[in-house]
Formats: sequence, structure tokens, C-alpha cells
Amino acid sequence: MNVIVCMKQVPDTSEVRIDPETNTIVREGVPSIINPFDENAIEAAVQLVEEHGGKVTVITMGPPQAEQALREALAMGADEAILLSDRALAASDTLATSYVLSCAIRRIGDYDLILCGKQAFDGDTAQVPPGIAEQLGLPQITYVIGLEVVGDKVRARRLLEGRYEVVEARMPAVLTADKHMNEPRRPGLKSVLAAKKKEIPVWDAAGCDIQVSSCGLEGSPTRVIRTFAPSHEHEGEMIEGDPRDAACQLVEKLAAAKLV
Amino acid sequence: MDFAFTEDQELIFEAVRELCDEELKPKADEVDRAGEYPWDSVRQIAEMDLFGIPVPEEYGGLGMDVLTWAVVGELLSTGCTTTGAVYGAHMLAVYPILEFGTDEQKEKYLPPLATGEKIGAFGLTEPGAGSDAGAVSTRAELVGDHYVLNGTKIFISNGGDAETYVVIANLHPEKGTRGLCAFILEKGMEGFSFGKNEEKMAFHSLSNRELVFEDAQVPKENLLHREGRGFRVAMTTLALGRIGMAIGAVGLAQAAFDAAIEYSQVREQFGQKISEFEAIQFMLADMATEIEMARLMSYKAAWLKDQGGDFEKTAAMAKVYASEMCSRVTSKAVQIHGGYGYTTDYPVERYMREAKLFEIVEGTSEIQRLVIANRLLRENRLS
Repeated sequence: MNVIVCMKQVPDTSEVRIDPETNTIVREGVPSIINPFDENAIEAAVQLVEEHGGKVTVITMGPPQAEQALREALAMGADEAILLSDRALAASDTLATSYVLSCAIRRIGDYDLILCGKQAFDGDTAQVPPGIAEQLGLPQITYVIGLEVVGDKVRARRLLEGRYEVVEARMPAVLTADKHMNEPRRPGLKSVLAAKKKEIPVWDAAGCDIQVSSCGLEGSPTRVIRTFAPSHEHEGEMIEGDPRDAACQLVEKLAAAKLV
Repeated sequence: MDFAFTEDQELIFEAVRELCDEELKPKADEVDRAGEYPWDSVRQIAEMDLFGIPVPEEYGGLGMDVLTWAVVGELLSTGCTTTGAVYGAHMLAVYPILEFGTDEQKEKYLPPLATGEKIGAFGLTEPGAGSDAGAVSTRAELVGDHYVLNGTKIFISNGGDAETYVVIANLHPEKGTRGLCAFILEKGMEGFSFGKNEEKMAFHSLSNRELVFEDAQVPKENLLHREGRGFRVAMTTLALGRIGMAIGAVGLAQAAFDAAIEYSQVREQFGQKISEFEAIQFMLADMATEIEMARLMSYKAAWLKDQGGDFEKTAAMAKVYASEMCSRVTSKAVQIHGGYGYTTDYPVERYMREAKLFEIVEGTSEIQRLVIANRLLRENRLS
């Protein structure tokens, strides 16, 4: 059972601020972490391989410093890591990124499952994993909170609002992990130190048969028109006290506002 | 002189800091109030391989040096003093086995201690043998292929919860300290049981139990070092323990400082943050300066040990300075918090109570001064 995990290094969102003047994200001095949902995907992959044998390969597209995130994934139990790094890939949008990752996945070749976090903490689009599935012509199951492998099929529980559905797909398939899927392990120091010594190959666009016109700025149809921090002109109001009184007050307010 | 840590050390410290911030610190108060041995936290640091830091790789550890062990102890103590104390007391069993054990003893006892599968403890103190460590009255007698132990140890950290014990007993009382021997005991050995768990002014969840030996049967091969070398084993272990205590005090003082500098920038009086008052600023400055001084002394003692140098005096200086510093700093942290600092709503009152321990255990401040003075006079004897 070979599992590929696509992951992304993101700024630690708990420390991100928006510059109110320029409306851009202040990245200086903000530590980088593995996208939290990707940690769930890595954990799920490691557990699958612990149970069924095989290997976990983690791959990320990013600048050279993304190697740090790959080492953290190796410490968590991934067997191999690949850094996809090339100037030609910079500024790729979600369409281009899914194309690039699918090319790299083809190069890796032998796999049964592709796991991703359900979305990245910085962009929050959730578009790349379905994009990969499309590019590779594979079935996809998103928002997975649990999975089991039965023969050549994967059966997953998919979280929806207030309920979940059980979906089965033939492997290979692309699955995206929700945070409720598992509790990512905190790697022991032995694994951390061993991961530091591992070789991490760096792949470029040419090596993966990536058409440069389909990635980077040129291959990205998405245009960001403006980024801004939402203003908070309407303050929320807390109604405190006895639940019954509070409910009555709420109804009065809603009625006054002609909302009920 | 190079104050830089290696890349591996930085990786380890960063991982430990994260563990402390995310897991240990948020539940430190709860751990203390529970009054039960902190197995959850112990398991967490075991899973992170922290107990294996000073153990060679061939015995399942990380093979790092004493300095690395000490800095991790400091960080743990900042996060959760109780967990830091468990980590420190564990080493008092690991270290003598490492230093004096035979290959067989190391192969048998070190791997489970390195993984934290088994916790260690060190038994020297007795009702009548505290500062006067040589006055140990627990008896050992060689009967056939066993040493038979009789007597009682008290205040033993990790006592009852640990599986592996290094215990000092006297085989030839008439020879005084030259009759002392060190033994490795395992929980469950015939005649070895546990008595009272002390109730203390702080560290409520750290076990400090009596070890009771009633014709305890210790296999002959569990003698550590040689017959009559128990005092040396004990003194060597305590010397290293002083580094652990010094660094534990530094870690605790750091936690108190962190709380105080944060509070000073939140609390307002007379229309301004109290951190804007010079009286508070001077306290903060003194606290940080003293912590840094104690930290440097402790690191130097650990470094000397790693260089194979004589670290005994430096470790004693670090221990007495750091522990007394810790009492001053934690007291100032309460002062900065004012009335709130005296309540149990804030952790600083606990820090202040915990600080006192460091001035007493593993050689009181007075014993440390004796050790230092003896060395000074020996080094400076007039001809």
C-alpha cells in the first residue's frame, strides 16, 4: 500500500497579521508550519502503512525552505520526501498547482492512494486536491473523517453539515483529510534527528515533464484583484443572564428589527 | 568560548518548547492540584524520547550530552515544574547505572529507562541520614547469592511510581562510609515495599515515598560498582543531581518571570500599565539578570561535566545560587502581581512555594556552601 501525501508549508496563521495600510499579509517573522489539515493527511497515511505495509511519500511544491516542512513530515513517519521547486512554478494558482502536482505524482508512479489536507490554512480554497483528481482521472472523496481499505477499494466517511456519508471508491483515489480524522502524532526526538539526516531530492519542472506554459504566472488564469481585511462596522451583541430572559430579549430585538 | 548550541540541540529544544507551550504548561496547575503522579505528562515526555537524551544510542537513547539533558530539564521546569522534577529524579537512577554499571546491568536496565517505559528513582535519604548522607543505617548483608536489605528510605522522589531504584545501604557499618554499597532494585522484589507518601507545601503530585526493606532480596549481580564504593556512587550521583536542581530552579524562575512581565503590561493602576513604573521595571530587570546568571552557571557546570572536567564546585555554586535566586525571583513575581499574586487564581503563588524545595533537596544551601568552602580552602591552602 503506497500512499502519496501532498502537503504545503504555510505561515502559522495564529501569528499572521494584516497590514491595515496595504491590506496585505505581514509575513515577516511569522513562523512556517505544515498546513494543519495536511498533518491529518500525513497521520492517516502513516497509520495506513503501519497497518498494511508499503510506504508514505510526501511531496510539496514550494521554495527551498519548504524542505523544513518535509523534514517534519519525515519525523512523523513518512518514508520519503520530494521537494518540487523551480522558479518557473512560482505564482501558480490552484489550477496550475494541481497540474504541477499531478505531473510529479505521475513521475512517482506506483501509488494506491493520494491524501491531502482538505484545504490550506492560508489560501483556504480547497481546490487543489479535486484538481489533482481531475488531472489524473481519479475518483475523489473530500472532507474525510475516517477511512478503511477493503480489497482494492477505499471506504471513507465524509463529513457534511451535521451528518456524514459513507463513500466507497476504487483505488487509486484522492482523499482529503478533515481535522476530525485523527490526532496527528508529536514525533519523538529520535525520529526528528533521523529525519534531519534523510536525503530529500529536489525535482524541477523539466524533470517532471511539466509544460511551463501551464504553470507559474503564465499558466494561472486566476487574478487577485484586491485583498482586504473585513471591517467590523457592526458589533455583535451579547445578551447575558438567565436563558429564558435572554431568549425573550432576543425575540424582542428580532421583532423590533422586523426579522421575525 | 562558544555559547551556541548545535543544530541538533536547537531542534530538540524547539520540540520541547512546543510540547511545553501546547501541552504541559496549560495543564500544569491541574497537574499540581490533582495530587496524583502526573502519568499523562510523563507518558508525553517519554513518547518524545526525552528520558533517553543522556543515554547512549546503543542502549536505546539519543546519546546527547549532559548539557542537552540539563537544558531540556530547564525547559520542562518552565512548562511544568512537577514534570521537570520527575525528569530530574529519573536521571538519578540512569546516571549511576551509566557511570558505574557493568555491561550486563546497562543492557538490562538502561533501555527501558531510556524509553521511559520504566521510571527511575534514587534512594539515599533516611530519617537519620539527610545532610549527613554517610549516616545511612539501611543494612545490607550477603547471604548466599543475595544481598539482604533492611531499613527505610524517605522522601524518595518518584518512589512507588518508579520501577528501577538505585539504593544505598551499608554492608559494613563498622567501616562507616567505606561500608556503603549501591544496589539496583526493582519494584516487586521480595521484601521491597513502599510506605508513606509525604504531603508537602508544594509539588503535591510528585511522589516522595518511603522505601521499605524487610529482608529485601537483591541478587548479587545487582551490586552497582564494588562493595564499599556506595558513598562514591552516591556523591557522584548527587553532584550531577545538583546540576539538575540548579537548572530546575532556573526553569521555574523563568516561568515566574514570564508571568510577571506579562501581568505588568496588562495590569493598570494610577491610569497606566504598572510596567511603566520604575519600581516594577527595576524588579523585572533584577529578576532577568539573576536568572541569566544562574543559567550561565548551570550551563557551565554541565559543560564542565561534558568536558570530563571537575564540575563539583561549579555545580554546587550553581545549585546554591540558582535555588536562592529562584526564591527571590518567585517572591518578586508574587509582589508584582500584588493581591492577585497571593491568590490561587494565578500560578505565581505556587511558583513561590515550589521554589523553596530547591534550597533543600539534593544538598541544602548550607551543605552546598560547605562543599564550596572545602574546595576553596583545599585549593588555596597556605603552605
